[in-house]
Amino acid sequence: MQLTYLIRRLAFLVFVVWSAITLLFFLPRLSPINPVRERFAELQRSTGWAPRDLERLVKVYEVKFGLNKPLHEQYLEYMGSLLRGDLGYSIMRYPRTVGDLIAQALPWTIGLLTVTTLLTFAIGTGIGALAAWPRSPQWVKGMVTPLVVLAAIPPYLLGLLLIYFVAFRAKLLPMGGAYTLGRFAEPELSMPFLLDVARHAILPALSLILSTVGFWALGMRGMGVTVQGEDYVTFAEHKGLDLSRIFYAYYVRNAILPQVTALALAFGSIVSSGILVEYLYGFPGLGSLLNAAILANDFFVIYGIGLITILAVAVSMMVVDLLYPLLDPRIRYTRA
Amino acid sequence: MTANAMPVLRVRDLRVTYYTDAGRVAAVNGVSFDLAPGERLGLVGESGCGKSTLALALMRMIKPPGRIESGSAVVRTAQGEIDLLTLDEAAMRKVRLSVISYIPQGAMNALNPVLRVEQQMLDALQAHMPQMPRREMLARAEAALESVELSRDVLRRYPHELSGGMKQRVCIAIGILLSPRVIIADEPTSALDVVVQRQVMETLRRVQEQLGASLILIGHDMGLMAQVAHRVAVMYAGQFVEISPVHAMFTQPLHPYAQALIQSLPRLENRGVFHGLPGMAPSLLRLPSGCAFHPRCAYVMDACRREAPPTVSTPDGRLVQCYLYAAAKEGESAAMQERASPQPQEGMRA
Ligand SMILES: Nc1ncnc2c1ncn2[C@@H]1O[C@H](COP(=O)(O)OP(=O)(O)OP(=O)(O)O)[C@@H](O)[C@H]1O
Ligand code: SF4
Ligand SMILES: [Mg+2]
Repeated sequence: MQLTYLIRRLAFLVFVVWSAITLLFFLPRLSPINPVRERFAELQRSTGWAPRDLERLVKVYEVKFGLNKPLHEQYLEYMGSLLRGDLGYSIMRYPRTVGDLIAQALPWTIGLLTVTTLLTFAIGTGIGALAAWPRSPQWVKGMVTPLVVLAAIPPYLLGLLLIYFVAFRAKLLPMGGAYTLGRFAEPELSMPFLLDVARHAILPALSLILSTVGFWALGMRGMGVTVQGEDYVTFAEHKGLDLSRIFYAYYVRNAILPQVTALALAFGSIVSSGILVEYLYGFPGLGSLLNAAILANDFFVIYGIGLITILAVAVSMMVVDLLYPLLDPRIRYTRA
Repeated sequence: MTANAMPVLRVRDLRVTYYTDAGRVAAVNGVSFDLAPGERLGLVGESGCGKSTLALALMRMIKPPGRIESGSAVVRTAQGEIDLLTLDEAAMRKVRLSVISYIPQGAMNALNPVLRVEQQMLDALQAHMPQMPRREMLARAEAALESVELSRDVLRRYPHELSGGMKQRVCIAIGILLSPRVIIADEPTSALDVVVQRQVMETLRRVQEQLGASLILIGHDMGLMAQVAHRVAVMYAGQFVEISPVHAMFTQPLHPYAQALIQSLPRLENRGVFHGLPGMAPSLLRLPSGCAFHPRCAYVMDACRREAPPTVSTPDGRLVQCYLYAAAKEGESAAMQERASPQPQEGMRA
């Protein structure tokens, strides 16, 4: 039974990914921007070189990228190459491949956003749990409100403020980038380099954490208020249990269940949630890459990053679905 | 139970107030009683009269905005006497379940949905006897389940895999894990259907007898009280207005409120759930002057409006808080009983 569930769940995953990619395929095509022409215009701006026969050149490259064919043929071709694991060429950075660009950016994004997402989850959930716990001191109960106010500020605005005050005025931390370019020719695995990376990551991480921790705290506090009043928490106290045991095994353990689902969703959206902050700090992750790709309407890069995002959402949802019955025995594997 | 056996629990002038936005609610307003070893005391009264508040006060589980204002509640244990109301938090935690235990009303929800029954029982044992080897704890848990007629495979189940009656039995099993001196059961069967109610109540009574513990049984169901209790206390507006042996309470209630209560019962077999009597239940926010029952009392006198009546103990060991038995002459009060009491009924005791 568990195996058939797994198979059903996998089939569902494939279906979700396929429909999302299909939708994604047609979306950028609605844009009037022709990425190939953009690319030459860009070249022209930066080098002053003016191709004599721009239109013919554009045509040639459209053929090269397959853009001259009818849309449905392009779709079938793209799907075919996806199945072979080929994400195609980037238009804006031709001749580099999409796979290559993503491989370069992905570790940065994962590094920054996994850490911040986990930290935010832990801090926010912890504060929310304490805020709803009747025995917490008053100042702890009052912590959620200012955090929610912070969360109302968009992360990039928060980022700008941090850059201005911490990096520009106080000069405590670097203003942007992922590492000091002059010091390191390219990323290396050494202590000085890792420390340098960490120093650069503090401000972007802080912008992301401060701007979302309020939501986690709010969600957990909401659940906590409900669970704290449940009979089983009261009965645990009647049993004479230690407060710490009641807090973790009876209160947090039940209140945290919806937060776990939210965590999976947050992991799924780490690429999109970091775009603006990455861009603001010139952080070489997927967010910055996606930003550039959208500006250039570079279909293939957009598709590639979209694919990664969709996969991340779908896989993390599936992982939650599979793990959830372990967390909550009332849920069985029978539901699709 | 003989009234003069050394009581296992002695409650004196217990007062609990809820400080609400609307004002102070005197939910328990000077309650005193003794509980004899092995005694089963039934506690009845209209909804909101303070029964659960009294139980929670004894467990020291009154939460803000409530506060225990005064009084004492002394339990006699093998180690000596303990005043539940003066213990510090840590000592009180040790006393809960091991000296006095509480079986909750909401058995449907009293068990943690994400932990197996086993873990929830072990948690209780671990909190009180951390040195006990796990195997011994399991044996204890099994024995407790057995004594409430549950098989040991219930240990491996989650609460949602149990029926309502089974959940309530698990709660009872937890309540008796540490052989407490006093068990408080707050409407332990009100969520169950009638047949299961009887069975669970029978189980509760049997384990209580085996342990030699005393039981305070809170409920609305007078039939269940008649079946289980030795004595019945009638509570009105935060006070005990009468405590009488169960047979006397049902055949010859003394207090006018107790009389109305008994009379309002369905006649057949004299059992069923109490549905209320004419007049409004008093607001505990603004209690009537004097005797709290006076606006609804058919025998109200001038004195009743002015000052609270004294508690009178009758020669046959009953307690009643009413001027009829203090101020009035012997003959009059007897006549009063005559008029107000329902006819003695058959089949009242189980
Ligand atoms: N947490 C609270 N805050 C404020 N007032 C409360 C609180 N709990 C109880 N009360 C008030 O105290 C009074 C006694 O309540 P209690 O729950 O003890 O009644 P009860 O006799 O157990 O009623 P029931 O038969 O419905 O269970 C009620 O008037 C109620 O409104
Ligand atoms: S004291 Fe007076 S008002 Fe109160 S119950 Fe007795 S007779 Fe009635
Ligand atoms: Mg109650």
